[in-house]
Amino acid sequence: MRGITFVRQFGEVILAIAIAPLFAGWIAQCRAWMQSRSAPPVTQPYRMLRKLFNKDAALAETASPLFRITPYVLFGTMVLAAAIIPSLATDLPFARAADAIALIGLFATARVFLSLAAMDIGTGFGSMGARREMMIGFLAEPALLMVLFNASLLYGSTALPSLVDGYRAHPTIIDPSVIFAAVAFVMVLLAENARIPIDNPATHLELTMIHEAMLLEYSARHLALVEWASYLKLFNYACIGFALFVPWGIAIHGADGGGALALSIVALLGKLVVAGSALALIETLSAKLRIFRAPEFLAMAFLLAVLGLLVHLLLGAR
Amino acid sequence: MISSLASTVVQHDLRWLLLLVCVWGVIGLTGMLRQRSLLVARVLFPLGSLTCLLVAVLAGVFLASGQASQAIVLPLGLPDLPFHLRLDALSAFFLLILGVAGAGISIFSAGYFRVGEGTSPGLMGLQYHLFLASMAVVLLADDAYLFMVAWETMALSSYFLVTSQHRIPEIRRAGFLYLLIAHVGAICILLCFGVLQGGSWLFTFDAMRSATLTPLLASTAFLLALLGFGAKAGLVPMHVWLPEAHPAAPSPVSAMMSGLMLKTAVYGMLRVSFDLLHVRFWQWGVLLLALGLFSALYGAIFAAVQTDMKRLLAYSSIENIGIIFAGIGLSILFETCNLHLFAALALCAALVHSLNHALFKSLLFLTTGSVLHATKQRNLGKLGGLIRRMPWVASMALVGTLAIAGLPPLNGFVSEWLLLQSFLFTPEIPHEFVNMFVPLGAAVLALTAALAAYVMVKFYGVVFLGQPREASLADAHDANLLERLGLVWLALGCILIGVMPQLALRPASVVTRKLLGQSILSTGSIWWIAPIAPKQASYSGLIMLLGIVGVVGITFLLVRLLAHGRTRRVATWDCGYPYQNARMQDTAEGFGQPIRHMFGTFFRMERDLPAPEESSPHYRIRIEDRLWHAIYLPIARAVQWLADVVGVLQGGSLSIYLLYSFLTLIVLLVFVL
Repeated sequence: MRGITFVRQFGEVILAIAIAPLFAGWIAQCRAWMQSRSAPPVTQPYRMLRKLFNKDAALAETASPLFRITPYVLFGTMVLAAAIIPSLATDLPFARAADAIALIGLFATARVFLSLAAMDIGTGFGSMGARREMMIGFLAEPALLMVLFNASLLYGSTALPSLVDGYRAHPTIIDPSVIFAAVAFVMVLLAENARIPIDNPATHLELTMIHEAMLLEYSARHLALVEWASYLKLFNYACIGFALFVPWGIAIHGADGGGALALSIVALLGKLVVAGSALALIETLSAKLRIFRAPEFLAMAFLLAVLGLLVHLLLGAR
Repeated sequence: MISSLASTVVQHDLRWLLLLVCVWGVIGLTGMLRQRSLLVARVLFPLGSLTCLLVAVLAGVFLASGQASQAIVLPLGLPDLPFHLRLDALSAFFLLILGVAGAGISIFSAGYFRVGEGTSPGLMGLQYHLFLASMAVVLLADDAYLFMVAWETMALSSYFLVTSQHRIPEIRRAGFLYLLIAHVGAICILLCFGVLQGGSWLFTFDAMRSATLTPLLASTAFLLALLGFGAKAGLVPMHVWLPEAHPAAPSPVSAMMSGLMLKTAVYGMLRVSFDLLHVRFWQWGVLLLALGLFSALYGAIFAAVQTDMKRLLAYSSIENIGIIFAGIGLSILFETCNLHLFAALALCAALVHSLNHALFKSLLFLTTGSVLHATKQRNLGKLGGLIRRMPWVASMALVGTLAIAGLPPLNGFVSEWLLLQSFLFTPEIPHEFVNMFVPLGAAVLALTAALAAYVMVKFYGVVFLGQPREASLADAHDANLLERLGLVWLALGCILIGVMPQLALRPASVVTRKLLGQSILSTGSIWWIAPIAPKQASYSGLIMLLGIVGVVGITFLLVRLLAHGRTRRVATWDCGYPYQNARMQDTAEGFGQPIRHMFGTFFRMERDLPAPEESSPHYRIRIEDRLWHAIYLPIARAVQWLADVVGVLQGGSLSIYLLYSFLTLIVLLVFVL
């Protein structure tokens, strides 16, 4: 019995690592379609990773060991996060190690390491990117926390598996606060994953880039790991969103059969397809904001989350 | 044999602790006898460190033994006013902090004070150990008289340590400001004890515990304590001395003041509000919570725009003290609403954060000391790239940086997580509107924590990473052996409490059981902590650390096996512009620019921008505290005005003064007759 849960845990992590680049490729393909460009194949991220892993790495002379360790740390934190988020099943032995707040902390660890590595070489771009990334980070975290507070008030837990179990036990309750929280969450997701209104993953235009500015000095296998880690981060955020707002299909406690597992995999893939095209739609319809409009965007997300919380408390008080 | 010895030690814990306090005194005096010798650095400071360690062990043993308290009366001091001393869970917890962090700071000082910093090493040793001993006595005192004596000794010895470079005018000025605010605070504490005795005119803490106060008097006492201890702790708006005094002091002294002395103020606040006062009101909790959160945010915002590395850390201390006071406020709020378990959770968070802050803030102040010795620079604009010159200091500073930024799996995250967990229960508070707005405090806390990460990336990135901004940095040397020992000790503490939070939670639970009669759930497993219920939330630093290390290791091996690329060292990519130099990196001002832009209303800024045609352009920015201009300068002007008015009496002629004496005599005679 315990063995099965560990196998499932392991399988979930491997699945996350394997399909995270596919999710990024799917978003890129949808974006290309919507913008009437000819789309790259959906497997493009895998090809890029293979190419990068086979290249010689060019490392700046001034790089310290911190710079070389960081790609591994980034990848490690994102894989650990994938092990904690219930993307397929809630009965995860690893999930007890961290609740959603600790998960935010884990993402913050990755962010701090990437920013430090960006400052390590000592170029103007690196430190500018680090500064902007940390700025987006401290604006996004309170909003994300308010979203989690809301969920925790509804189901009495900050542990993601318990939230999913709680939702599945009373699927008929739909609280209006959830809608506010969901919108806020999507805004945070866009900001945290360097998507369009805040940052553009496809740009190398010096005045606007945030995430890419930090990666300028990375090459070959280091760059491959950093890129893979950012695919995983996007995948993880999507899965947090599914767990919080659309937890249908996730195999809950006690549902151990093969049928439940197959259903959960199909549900996950379906949700990823829909979420990916929705993200591409948002990115196509919006323009990139000036960097100093980013605080307004994230303050908006925060206010929406707070509004959700107040709605819940006011309705609950009545 | 050993067990019987152990049981005697446990029974006479307080006596042993007093003996250790005396040992500190002897160490200090020995240094005075043999001035300017290696004795102070090589023997006395390591001995002091050992004593700290013993204090920590004794405090830990006391907490583990589960005794209620030990008391002792020493026939010292004034006639009819003997010294009362008492060891209970609260004092033992703070003695534990003092011992653990003090041991690291003392052993570092042994390497650091090889030559005197302005004052001779012997005198420095005396002041240093007196400072340690007086803090221990503050924690053990059981009557107002001894408490105030120790409190003043602590203020004075630290004042002399701060002004050890007394030939520099700014340092004298900083020292004076510190002394002034310390004494305003001390007066408030004295008045607070005056209210607490409640008409019995007995100044032992026992008498105060049994006194019954009207709500008005109790609130007065609480507010006086808040003013007095808040001034010592650096709560906004009584924080102005902190960013002046901390940079002025030698780094180990800054570490002691920030890591340990601020905690005695936290101790005083807890002692008065949870032990001496028998009633509490929820409004106190809200006040403390609001002040704490405001201080936290204020400190973090100001830390982000500093250009002096020790001032930056001083503002970060204000932030952390704010977090601790917010935890205490939340605890009072819960406790007055009969939510004892949640009160225990919030108090536990505040206590653990006190311990954590003592560890990582001391660690960071000590690393600035090493940087200062190696480079003679405190200005962030003239540092950089030290990770290659000082790998030991840089790696220990990295641990401190990650810990203070509140990142898992280190210790700073544990206490912030506990506090956020306790915020989750604020909607259960049975007061209208309070239960809706207090949850927003969690958002302020999250914002503060994320800003702290911003500040620490700035600190670490500008000091240790990048390219050296000055040519002189090329011959910076790493810390010496004793200094490394101190740094490693504190860094290990940060890591250990991060992965095994139980080490800090168990002693803190003893304190909450004593003060609130409740303690948070402890699963007893070394793997995870679950404060309320495992289904509610659980956290495991150990699994996190093992998970990250495991995945990193496996990834590293796989990449080694599968990726065949070699690594070449090449010049940094210059974007096709070959004239790059170290000056083109972000400066400390540049890194703080987004904060200056976003929180502009908090600062009072003066900026000189160069005109386009200037041949030698200069950019200058001066950022000041608005509160300094809004509160302190008007008070100073009012005092000056009052002094001028009273000064009219002082004509300088002897005959007038004789007339005053004569008039006074007549007035007195009228009263007497």
